Amino acid sequence: MTDTERTIDEMLAPYQDTVKKNRKKHLVVKNEAAECCPQIEANTRTIPGIISQRGCAYAGCKGVVVGPIKDMVTITHGPVGCGYYSWGTRRNKARADETTPKDKIYSQLCFTTDMQEPDIVFGGEKKLAKMIDEVVAVFHPRAINICATCPVGLIGDDIGAVAKAAEERHGIQVLSYNCEGYKGVSQSAGHHIANNNIMEKVIGTGTVRKPGKHVINILGEYNIGGDGWELERILTEIGYTVNCVLTGDSSYVNIRNLHLADINLVQCHRSINYIAEMMETKYGTPWLKVNFIGIEATNQSLRHLAKCFGDPELEKKTGLVIERETARVAAALEHYRKFCTGKIAFAFVGGSRSHHYQFLLRDIGMEIVVAGYEFAHRDDYEGRQVIPTIKTDADSKNIPELHLSPDGKLYREAHEHLGMSKEQFDALRKEIPISYYEGMYPSMKVGEVMIDDCNHHEIEELVARFKPDLIFSGVRDKYIAHKLGIASKQLHSYDYSGPYAGYTGAINFARDVTNALMTPAWNLIIPPWEKTGNAGSENHA
Amino acid sequence: MPGVKTMLECIPETLIARTTGKINPAKTCQPIGAMYAALGIHGCLPHSHGSQGCCAYHRMHLTRHFREPVLASSSSFTEGASVFGGAANLKTSIKNVFQIYNPEIMAVHTTCLSETIGDDLPNILKQSEIPEGKVVIHVNTPSYQGSHITGFSGMVKAMVSYLAVSDGGEKKDQLNVIPGFVNPGDMREIRRIVSAFNVKTIMFPDISNVLDAPLTSKYNMYPEGGATIAEIRDSANSSATIALGAFASNDAADLLQEKFGVTGIPLKLPIGLKATDEFIMAVRDWFGLDVPASLATERGQVVDTLIDTNIHYQGKTVAIFGDPDHVIAMTEFVLTMGMVPKYILTGTPGRQFDAEIQKLLKEAGIEGSRVKAEGDLLELHQWIREDPVDLLIGTTYGKYIARKEDIPLVRFGFPVLDRAVHPLMPVVGYRGCLRLIEQISNALLDRRDRNCLDEDYELVL
Repeated sequence: MTDTERTIDEMLAPYQDTVKKNRKKHLVVKNEAAECCPQIEANTRTIPGIISQRGCAYAGCKGVVVGPIKDMVTITHGPVGCGYYSWGTRRNKARADETTPKDKIYSQLCFTTDMQEPDIVFGGEKKLAKMIDEVVAVFHPRAINICATCPVGLIGDDIGAVAKAAEERHGIQVLSYNCEGYKGVSQSAGHHIANNNIMEKVIGTGTVRKPGKHVINILGEYNIGGDGWELERILTEIGYTVNCVLTGDSSYVNIRNLHLADINLVQCHRSINYIAEMMETKYGTPWLKVNFIGIEATNQSLRHLAKCFGDPELEKKTGLVIERETARVAAALEHYRKFCTGKIAFAFVGGSRSHHYQFLLRDIGMEIVVAGYEFAHRDDYEGRQVIPTIKTDADSKNIPELHLSPDGKLYREAHEHLGMSKEQFDALRKEIPISYYEGMYPSMKVGEVMIDDCNHHEIEELVARFKPDLIFSGVRDKYIAHKLGIASKQLHSYDYSGPYAGYTGAINFARDVTNALMTPAWNLIIPPWEKTGNAGSENHA
Repeated sequence: MPGVKTMLECIPETLIARTTGKINPAKTCQPIGAMYAALGIHGCLPHSHGSQGCCAYHRMHLTRHFREPVLASSSSFTEGASVFGGAANLKTSIKNVFQIYNPEIMAVHTTCLSETIGDDLPNILKQSEIPEGKVVIHVNTPSYQGSHITGFSGMVKAMVSYLAVSDGGEKKDQLNVIPGFVNPGDMREIRRIVSAFNVKTIMFPDISNVLDAPLTSKYNMYPEGGATIAEIRDSANSSATIALGAFASNDAADLLQEKFGVTGIPLKLPIGLKATDEFIMAVRDWFGLDVPASLATERGQVVDTLIDTNIHYQGKTVAIFGDPDHVIAMTEFVLTMGMVPKYILTGTPGRQFDAEIQKLLKEAGIEGSRVKAEGDLLELHQWIREDPVDLLIGTTYGKYIARKEDIPLVRFGFPVLDRAVHPLMPVVGYRGCLRLIEQISNALLDRRDRNCLDEDYELVL
């Protein structure tokens, strides 16, 4: 038994047997002997009473996927809290562009029906319908989202019928999402519900392909701290036209045209893989898993993408941009690497970042030794090849699966989308991971730990064993790390900094991590009167 | 300044009447208030009986305001629990929480989910296995009634109904203080003021040393602070309860009076000179003590400052929004400062808000102000657009109005999500007055320095 395995046993010891048995399955220590990833349990219920990092389906649907769509009014149908907490807290930046003027941007506002007791008793449909009418009268939005909260499903409000009637009254699209908080086991259910609706109702309704030789979408990029804009900067310079970033800084107008792009790039696999897969089925659009977090990761993603079009000019320009940008940031990264090299970290983030940031950290000499997702599925850890073997349980059965078939008019084979022959495309598939994601496991090193739905108790125990220099987490765990005397960075909100993606982002990130590690106050925790003898300052780092 | 006034272009120029729902709400839901109050019990783990999202949202929001760990557990409802009831989830939670996290006490609050399905909490708790010597209390916090202040008030009341026990003897020479939904820095200051009288005080909830705990590298899931169960139990034997802020604190004080005959003294939050005077007079009068000279000195400093600095703010118009107890006290204070409260709004429902504010305005001879309970910030924004004010006082959510309308904002109340140190710095008491005068003056002076012509830019102001 290795030290790490012993730590895990000790960590699980205080649990009662059923909890112990359950939690053990959510942990994998990377082992040299295992060729592929051992099965990890994921996307199953959190045990009641365990202090989990997970949120709910509403948070995944409204908070993550549909909230950022800037030119739609998103009404939360429910008591005031859900809309309030998801208002302005995710940093998905938006600005006006050629299709969306300033007066059509609503993403900084919070709309809630603020259900009261009579609405719970007698139903809230009339209130919702009235609020839609008032919102249309005041704001004249292009389209509206309605997101359900827990009581809506319980009292049986038919938000679909309210939406349909409102569409007829106002002549705009009104989408309803049954993303009640109790659906599924985490935010993940809400991602799926949002994906389904956008796929079924919005994508494919537009007819305008943006001008350009190579038109692409970036899926699962939420423009936190302006990440999406940094990617657009790079991709546009290389010669791509970015049709839409889904959903960071996205517009309803552009989402309607999503199917007219040549390829979908997938950044956050967990939250958006459904749309990528469904678009492949319906329109034949190929998708490519990318990671723009880290210099080498960005370079590789750009090289993969360039290969998809069989365009020598594009590949050449890609090489030039990679060369120039990599050189541009090299000196700065080298500077920060001096402070960061050899440091170890934990990462407990949502559904992709705990993987993506491993690359950027290695660029500055750091290593993530314990990595966990809050709401991932097995494929995010083990790779998509396990999807057919994942058993559907009672909680995931409640999330509808859309069964799509190729669109009679719009379906084209993947190679046609990319303007190459079938043979060329088959060769390409062997070379780069088209429509595939390998998961986190291959990136981890021997002895490192993958942990699903990590909880408060386990974090404390793992900290005691590994003594990390830095913890990457959400806001709830950030200050726990500080109290433990460990530096932290929020990887959902970037501690209000950013972008962290691409080249410019790498420098921002390296600077912020260095600052977190080198904060002078870390050396001042012990008061001078408690220090023995003439020992120098306590050195945290 | 580039950027200013170019955001929120979607908001129409003219006020359009709305009757339904809230746009940019000025309140949130009950459970977060209950969670906050529960953190003010020593060794307490708040527990959210609902789906995980509620607990996650409340913890995040409190964490963002305090920049401190906020621990709470959840019953983690799935669809099955929502259909068949959450009893099994709560029983499992109680078992796991005591086994893994070992608090002294669990404080359970409900959510709109468990309320809508009608979970019978007292009954479930009766059937739960609670370890010997441990305590579980609960409060019903349906999110579709009242606001976060209602939830706070409810949890404080639950502390009394579950924990307070009379000794049956004479009342003790001690004072209960219910501090209201204020910051840890405020609670420290309230305790300091009462301590100056040498009066034995039981303050609950008490978040000081919980949500402003020092960094020592030794993490303690249950920090040193918080009212102990023994203290709250003994509150039944105190001679009086000072309830600071009617909306947040009166219910618990009323219950102490009704059940145990502890005299309730309802006061405003001691924000501003007059409200602090009333607080100090209440302690003095109840115990028949002299006011300590140190407090008299502090008061004199406030009066001195008000006279010396009035040139900066007297006559300026101000819009105030936030939680009712805060807004009522702040309205009184800006009147003391000679300012004109033009718009006064809270998101929390309650008729007495309007009555209290109107009384203050009438006494000050101010007419034409707009006052609203259960309002939202879009409405406030539209009032300001119609007829602007010089200063905005309220929570961080006011920053959008402040930028769009180019008005300085003094951050005050809950939550403040975008400025540092505020939870440690009191706004209550005489010291709090000085801090508010400083913030208000500086906001207006910074604006003057920023906006004036070069030839009007002056060294001394």
